Amino acid sequence: MNIIVCIKQVPETTEVRINPETNTLIREGVKSIINPFDMYAIEEGVRLKEKFGGKVTVVTMGPAQADQALREAISLGADDAVLVCDRAFAGSDTWATSYTLAGAIKRIGSFDLIICGKQASDGDTAQVGPGISTHLDIPQVTYVKKVEEVKEAKMRLERMMEEGFEIIEMPLPGLITVVKEINEPRLPSLKGMMRSKNAKITVWSQKDLDLDPQSIGLCGSPTQVVKIFTPPQRTGGQMLIGDTSQVAERLVELLKNEVA
Amino acid sequence: MDYLLTDEQKMIKELSHRIAEEKIRPVAAKYDQSEEYPWEVIKVIAEAGLFGLFIPEEYGGMSPSVLGLCIATEEFSRACGGIAVCYAASALGTFPIVLFGTDEQKKKYLPDLAAGKKVAAFAVTEPEAGSDASAIKTTAKKEGNYYILNGLKHFITNGGDAETYVVIAMTDKTKGARGASAFIVEKGTPGFTFGKKEEKFGIRASSTRELIFTDCKVPAGNLLAKEGFGFIVTMKTFDKSRPGVAAQAVGIAQGALELAVKYARERFQFGKSISTFQGIQWMLADMATEVEAARALVYSTARMVDAEIKDVGKDSAMAKLYASDVAMKVTVDALQIFGGYGYMRDYPIEKYVRDAKITQIYEGTNQIQRNIIALQLIKEMAK
Repeated sequence: MNIIVCIKQVPETTEVRINPETNTLIREGVKSIINPFDMYAIEEGVRLKEKFGGKVTVVTMGPAQADQALREAISLGADDAVLVCDRAFAGSDTWATSYTLAGAIKRIGSFDLIICGKQASDGDTAQVGPGISTHLDIPQVTYVKKVEEVKEAKMRLERMMEEGFEIIEMPLPGLITVVKEINEPRLPSLKGMMRSKNAKITVWSQKDLDLDPQSIGLCGSPTQVVKIFTPPQRTGGQMLIGDTSQVAERLVELLKNEVA
Repeated sequence: MDYLLTDEQKMIKELSHRIAEEKIRPVAAKYDQSEEYPWEVIKVIAEAGLFGLFIPEEYGGMSPSVLGLCIATEEFSRACGGIAVCYAASALGTFPIVLFGTDEQKKKYLPDLAAGKKVAAFAVTEPEAGSDASAIKTTAKKEGNYYILNGLKHFITNGGDAETYVVIAMTDKTKGARGASAFIVEKGTPGFTFGKKEEKFGIRASSTRELIFTDCKVPAGNLLAKEGFGFIVTMKTFDKSRPGVAAQAVGIAQGALELAVKYARERFQFGKSISTFQGIQWMLADMATEVEAARALVYSTARMVDAEIKDVGKDSAMAKLYASDVAMKVTVDALQIFGGYGYMRDYPIEKYVRDAKITQIYEGTNQIQRNIIALQLIKEMAK
């Protein structure tokens, strides 16, 4: 089973700072990590490989330093790594990013499954995975929490919903995005760490990929960020204390007055 | 201090540090209380490949390195001295096979130990043979293609949980120390059972049991080296493993020091952080200096062992003696800095005091270490 895992290097912080002039993330001085959701994608890829054989190729688009994220993925069990890196890709939105990654995946060649994390912790869009499947014209199942079965070029998947889950059968090749319930990512192994240090990372630029120049980078990105702001914090609620009938009475009163 | 570690040693440190922080520290108090064997952590260490650190590559390990083993043991011990010893004791039980096993014995036992599928134990101590190992009473009598073992071993770390045991027994009582031999005994061999599990003061996550041999038939092919080599096997094994015990002591001391510095910064009395008081600062400074000195001694010794320098007995003894005495002093001082809170089980520091104590006792009491050092000093002067 040949598996491609798409990952993203993100800043290690939950308090992302934004440059108010350019409306882009401030990355300076912030340590970079693999997007936490992508760790589950890597783990699932490695588990499927261990079960069914084949190999795991991990792909990312980003600056040269994203090499570190790919090496970490190798230490966790990935076999090969591709870095898609070119200034021409800078400023890509989710559409251009998924178009570019799809181009890289076409160049990798045959595969059975693409796995992505459900979303990135910095942008939180959850669009790149579905975007890739659209550009490649293959089926997709998002929010997968369990791979139930892989048989005869088909996968049976549990898809997490807000209430309960769906069971979906997907023909292969296809794409899934995974949620954190799917597995518990392992720590790297010492052998993996040593292999990752000397691993050769394939680097592809624009000229290595068959891409429409109008569909990449900033000019290939239809998204316009008009404004970025921090939503106002929720103010504290009101606690009603007393016996049930008193509280109920008070609640009804409040609801009446507040609604009015 | 920079110990000029190789890339591989740095990776061992980074990985074992992560395991310690993410997988050991959160469960340290639980296993200290329950005295259960920490299989969940052993599995993590196994998956990380760190049981391979003391086993040659051709048998499924990495290039074996005592310094690497010391680094991993130290990092684990920062979080829990008990869980760390489960790991280090497997190294202790594996060394005799690595050092003296035939290719056939190595092929049979080492791959599973390298993969951490099984853990090992080394059984020398008996109720009446502690520091005086020549008083061993367990016997091994050859009958055809078997040795028949009879006797009792006690205080055996990993006892009951290990699958692979190296047991020292007398094949010829008339020869004293030269009549001892080493055998590989598998758990489940008829006649091999376990006695009581000890309840301990510290390192409670590790198991310590009696091994009972009653007409236990061990295949003659499980003899390590030759008959009469039991003490040589034991001594050479301890030469390799002693830096590991010293590293455990350094790790316990380092862990206690870190907790003490953190607590001193957070604890306010008289309107100030107690870390601003010179009385506390000087304690911390002494503790840190002693831990670093111990570490330097341990790493130097480990490097000597890895370089296969002969006669490391004195250096090994110095490292074990000094590091364990430092661990005892530093943990007690760390508890003092925690004050009344430190005496309570709700805080993690009292466990470090309990865990530190054993490092002054096992693998040769510190009094025995002093004997080794002094005898060697006198011998060197007489040359």
